[in-house]
Amino acid sequence: MCLGLPGRVVEVVDDRGTPMAVVDFGGVTKQICCAYLPDIAVGEYAIVHAGFALARLDEAAALETLALLRSLGSVADEVGPGGAQAMS
Amino acid sequence: MRYLDEFGDPELARGLVEDILARATRRWTVMEVCGGQTHSLVRNGIDELLAGSVEFVHGPGCPVCVTPLETIDRALAIAGRPEVTLCSFGDMLRVPGSHQDLFQVRAQGGDVRVVYSPLDAVRVAEAEPGREVVFFAVGFETTAPANAMAVVRARELGVENFSMIVSHVLVPPAMNAILSSPRRRVEGFLAAGHVCTVMGTAQYDEIVDDFGVPVVVAGFEALDLLDATRRVVAQLEAGEARLENAYERAVSREGNPRARAVLAEVFALCDRTWRGIGTIPRSGWRLSDAYSGYDAELRFDVGDVRAVESPRCRAGEVLQGLVTPDSCEAFGTTCTPRSPLGATMVSGEGACAAYYRYRSAGTTARSPGRG
Ligand code: SF4
Repeated sequence: MCLGLPGRVVEVVDDRGTPMAVVDFGGVTKQICCAYLPDIAVGEYAIVHAGFALARLDEAAALETLALLRSLGSVADEVGPGGAQAMS
Repeated sequence: MRYLDEFGDPELARGLVEDILARATRRWTVMEVCGGQTHSLVRNGIDELLAGSVEFVHGPGCPVCVTPLETIDRALAIAGRPEVTLCSFGDMLRVPGSHQDLFQVRAQGGDVRVVYSPLDAVRVAEAEPGREVVFFAVGFETTAPANAMAVVRARELGVENFSMIVSHVLVPPAMNAILSSPRRRVEGFLAAGHVCTVMGTAQYDEIVDDFGVPVVVAGFEALDLLDATRRVVAQLEAGEARLENAYERAVSREGNPRARAVLAEVFALCDRTWRGIGTIPRSGWRLSDAYSGYDAELRFDVGDVRAVESPRCRAGEVLQGLVTPDSCEAFGTTCTPRSPLGATMVSGEGACAAYYRYRSAGTTARSPGRG
């Protein structure tokens, strides 16, 4: 129940005043409630828990993190794999 | 999904594994609080790949596992009443109570239904005004906004035949209790990223200051977990203790303010008994006085419920990170997902279930990113 899944908003709808959205989870679509994220737009990704969108996935932040991870490896190069291990 | 899949990139994962192994001068004990993260770590074989540098101990972040046995017994009693339709998340159905589970109640004629969202339970109540519809509202800060909205909606729509059994638990007080224990082993935390999408990160400042432990907010993909572990290890090696956010694409410092406002209105802090762990002060939410009319435990008197735990189950120690599931004698023999002795063997977030699913066949380290 606690597993939040990222999904892509494919449609926004209104259910008697409550903002809802149809979200695509890798091929399976579900209608979810956007009361906590009413300004989410079609095409954006949201983290969904128990039928509710709780957070928007920020693409710029995702790309930044990936770029940072790609630039790593320096420590391993300096010390060599298992280098520091040998000291323990 | 374009930039989502990349968080499972095996090439980058390998680099991170090497980085962590090279960095660590000793073996550090790190707890991932959230059961979803336990499953991802074990499924991707990350705990085995890092075994020389990091010992992962698995935290209590499995809602099915920590829901008190008394509450489950009470839910079973309520579900057995002829006028009641009990709606629940699917993974609660197989959780063993003292004598039976919800599946058995259903087999004996009880009206037990699985819903995806608590709003579905409100819909059932609207559609069947002759029934008393009860939603079994458990979980952490992640399911709480959904459950809170269900009663808000029920009130807005004037749905009188809807109520909830509320047994919510909160992550920071549990981390506090784990760190306060004389048997404490945890040296750093991976904080549950999705709890932070709701509550933000500020709630961990106190834990970092009071206990001097690194806390790094982590996501759920292989790279998220590796990156967060790398940052915990870097802090530990440098003798530092800071709060860091390694899940910036989903988590902001303030979390989701709309959700927090509704939570503050619908729920009130209470002491909570955690199954297998005991009572932790101010570690749960109950319905606030303004919403107590929707409290199923007040609506249905089910008398005295006396809970009996299986004496063989070591789930309490598993949930506190004191032992790993495979040190339990019943693991994989008398206790399996099909016939579980403890709740940690049941759900998609329980540590015993993770070990059973990904480990019991005697697997060796797999490459991360798979799965
Ligand atoms: S393996 Fe089964 S009996 Fe042992 S601790 Fe886990 S749930 Fe309990």
